[in-house]
Amino acid sequence: MADERDRESTEIAVAELHKKIKEAFEVFDQESNNTVDVREIGTIIRSLGCCPSEGELHDLIAEVEEEEPTGYIRYEKFLPVMTEVLLERRYRPIPEDILLRAFEVLDPAKRGFLSKEELIKYMTEEGEPFSQEEMEEMLSAAIDPESNTIHYKDYIAMMVIDEN
Amino acid sequence: MGCGTSTTATKDKKSEKALKAALVIQNWYRGYSARLKTRQRYALTIFQSIEYADEQGQLQLSNFFSFMLENYAHVHEKDPELVNRFFGSSTQDSKDRQDYLGLIDVPDSYCGPRLQFPLTFTDIDVLIEAFKQQQILHAYYVLEVLFETRKVLKQMPNFTHTKTSPSKEITICGDLHGKLDDLFLIFYKNGLPSVSNPYVFNGDFVDRGRNSMEVLMILLVSFLVYPNDLHLNRGNHEDFMMNMRYGFTKEILHKYKLHGKKILQILEDVYTWLPIGTIIDNEILVIHGGISESTDLNLLHRIERNKMKSVLMSPIPIDGDRATEKKNKAGKAIAAWGMKTDGPFSEQLTKHEWEQVINILWSDPRGKRGCYPNTSRGGGCYFGPDITSKILNKYQLKMLVRSHECKPEGYEICHDGKVITVFSASNYYEEGSNRGAYIRMSSGTTPRFFQYQITKATCLRPLYQRVNAIESSAIRMLKERMISRKTDLIRAFQLQDRNKSGKLSMGQWAFSMENVLGLNLPWRSLSSHLVATDKDGNTDYMSSFQDIHIQKPVKEVQSTLIETVYRYRSDLQIIFNVIDSDHSGLISMEEFRSMWKLFKSHYSVRIDDSQFDELAERMDSNKDGSIDFNEFLKAFYVVHKFDKLSKSDTKLA
Repeated sequence: MADERDRESTEIAVAELHKKIKEAFEVFDQESNNTVDVREIGTIIRSLGCCPSEGELHDLIAEVEEEEPTGYIRYEKFLPVMTEVLLERRYRPIPEDILLRAFEVLDPAKRGFLSKEELIKYMTEEGEPFSQEEMEEMLSAAIDPESNTIHYKDYIAMMVIDEN
Repeated sequence: MGCGTSTTATKDKKSEKALKAALVIQNWYRGYSARLKTRQRYALTIFQSIEYADEQGQLQLSNFFSFMLENYAHVHEKDPELVNRFFGSSTQDSKDRQDYLGLIDVPDSYCGPRLQFPLTFTDIDVLIEAFKQQQILHAYYVLEVLFETRKVLKQMPNFTHTKTSPSKEITICGDLHGKLDDLFLIFYKNGLPSVSNPYVFNGDFVDRGRNSMEVLMILLVSFLVYPNDLHLNRGNHEDFMMNMRYGFTKEILHKYKLHGKKILQILEDVYTWLPIGTIIDNEILVIHGGISESTDLNLLHRIERNKMKSVLMSPIPIDGDRATEKKNKAGKAIAAWGMKTDGPFSEQLTKHEWEQVINILWSDPRGKRGCYPNTSRGGGCYFGPDITSKILNKYQLKMLVRSHECKPEGYEICHDGKVITVFSASNYYEEGSNRGAYIRMSSGTTPRFFQYQITKATCLRPLYQRVNAIESSAIRMLKERMISRKTDLIRAFQLQDRNKSGKLSMGQWAFSMENVLGLNLPWRSLSSHLVATDKDGNTDYMSSFQDIHIQKPVKEVQSTLIETVYRYRSDLQIIFNVIDSDHSGLISMEEFRSMWKLFKSHYSVRIDDSQFDELAERMDSNKDGSIDFNEFLKAFYVVHKFDKLSKSDTKLA
């Protein structure tokens, strides 16, 4: 009895997930033909609350692409893969405190800020480097134009408020 | 040298930590950035859905007018003017022009721009400079330009044929919608129109923006100076009925208090003479909306385009056109008006011709194959890549360039490169909503796209601020929609809420929202802005209505009536404007009541007549038997409880 109820509630939960995924997909499905440009897949996945790294994203794309990549991803292939990702709660977003600590690692002198050059250097040379566009975008919101520095604690607080 | 290894080890560890830290920050940032972009998309989707739903409302309104005319004969015995507005032939001719212009005097004290006929390129400069300083062109010159434009357009065919060459590229611009700054920017970046710098402006010059008149005047004057090099296509907003809803009529009556009515009258006619499209090098078809599977270019070349008074007034069916019942009703109405059957009705297009034009002005391309009714807008159709191929092949054309839809990047290519959408009004919905674009092309070369975006500030605000702005604006609009359908929404929610718990699952809530509001939106993703949810993911559906309500102009009147009037306020304003033939802003109580009764029955609105009468009595504040309907409608506005402003920002068009 309990099993059946469990199964039913999982079914409902999965159905809800499917609707959620469909909504996110459709917003980018310009021509309403159940496909999106592969370059938008990252945005769609992230809009659903997941935070894969670029490497993980490439793997995901490989899973949903056609045998012969067409530059487009079909909804039929995307749905099952994305459902798994959400059910397994993969690629969970980074908590605020971890993010803060990451900035602090880059600021060993504990000044409370990073200079523009320092941030650019780390973001475009380390890890999974930013493109120029990404770098400019981040700077436009993060930088204090008078001192040319990024007060990361304030920045994080601002972004968190914005998201909520 | 000795301590080399240990320093490298620490260095390695340090750089490994830095690497990890960088990865964390990049990962977080990319997630955040993606969510920002998605929020921007959602906002645009909201704006677009509501815009199209309004267009549907507009078409419903046109049906109402047909219904009204068929059923409302006796009032119009006294008001033949009204009938003429729908069927009247344009009896204006050159004599009319002399008469009217002779009556207008441009005083010496007028310091706005003065035009010299025949117009030359100097007049284009004069206008641009004057409009940059926010001057208003005197009604005399406006009328002169309109009269002259009509004269020239009358001699032009339905489709303009033009040729390019490698040394003479042509520039195609899309919707401008009264955005003067965008037009200035295009001329600045791309040069003024001239014999060596030809342009096509693909419709929708007016409505929505604040400077529709200025945009129109610059385009028409440029056209008169370079009639063979500046090409104008009619858009769905070059239509007097659309102007009533979407702001141009209001702009004209506001800027031209004395002569506004005359300007409106001539403008209506000028619109009907605008060409339907432009064909470049016999290869590229430029039209405002799109095509349908039955698009017949030969027919479209032949029809009398000026008979399309408003794309929203479908031809009244007469002999042979439709079912007998309708015919008899129309016949009775006509007889009551004492008009001859063959008179004004020969001034209409046939239903088939009318549909051909509607499709050109209203259709949208989609990825799905085939041709389907355009349910979002309520007019024209959705056409697939197969339809594009079929029609292009049929007429040996290579490409279709169209406008009509706002695109985030200002342009979009679809249908395997055969269809290009170009939209030239940046920030169309809201500051930051989209870029504008124009195309430069010549035969044999690939089209080049140029994008831009007007910003008020000297430097762009950070993305998150811009997204916040358009998101709040979109959500606000959506909430106002919700409140205008409050009764219906609550009824739908309660139907699903069997145990009267006040809660619904997310799925149930989304279902009702979509059904009642008729908007295809990502409800689950938007729910956090619209309704309170508990930790189990269930919605508290009444919470949506807590921070917003419609101001009650009269306390004793039922909420449902208030809601209904608020919901239909744009339609009612247009109806009143049309009835008010002398543009006095007043209609009699009797007309008001009769109109309401008809409106009620056509729109299936369930409101007690006595309630409405009560309201009307109270609105007739000076008890003189007439109602100032602008005042009446202004009294209904939405109050957002937690807002700095007390009145809704969304203006009555």
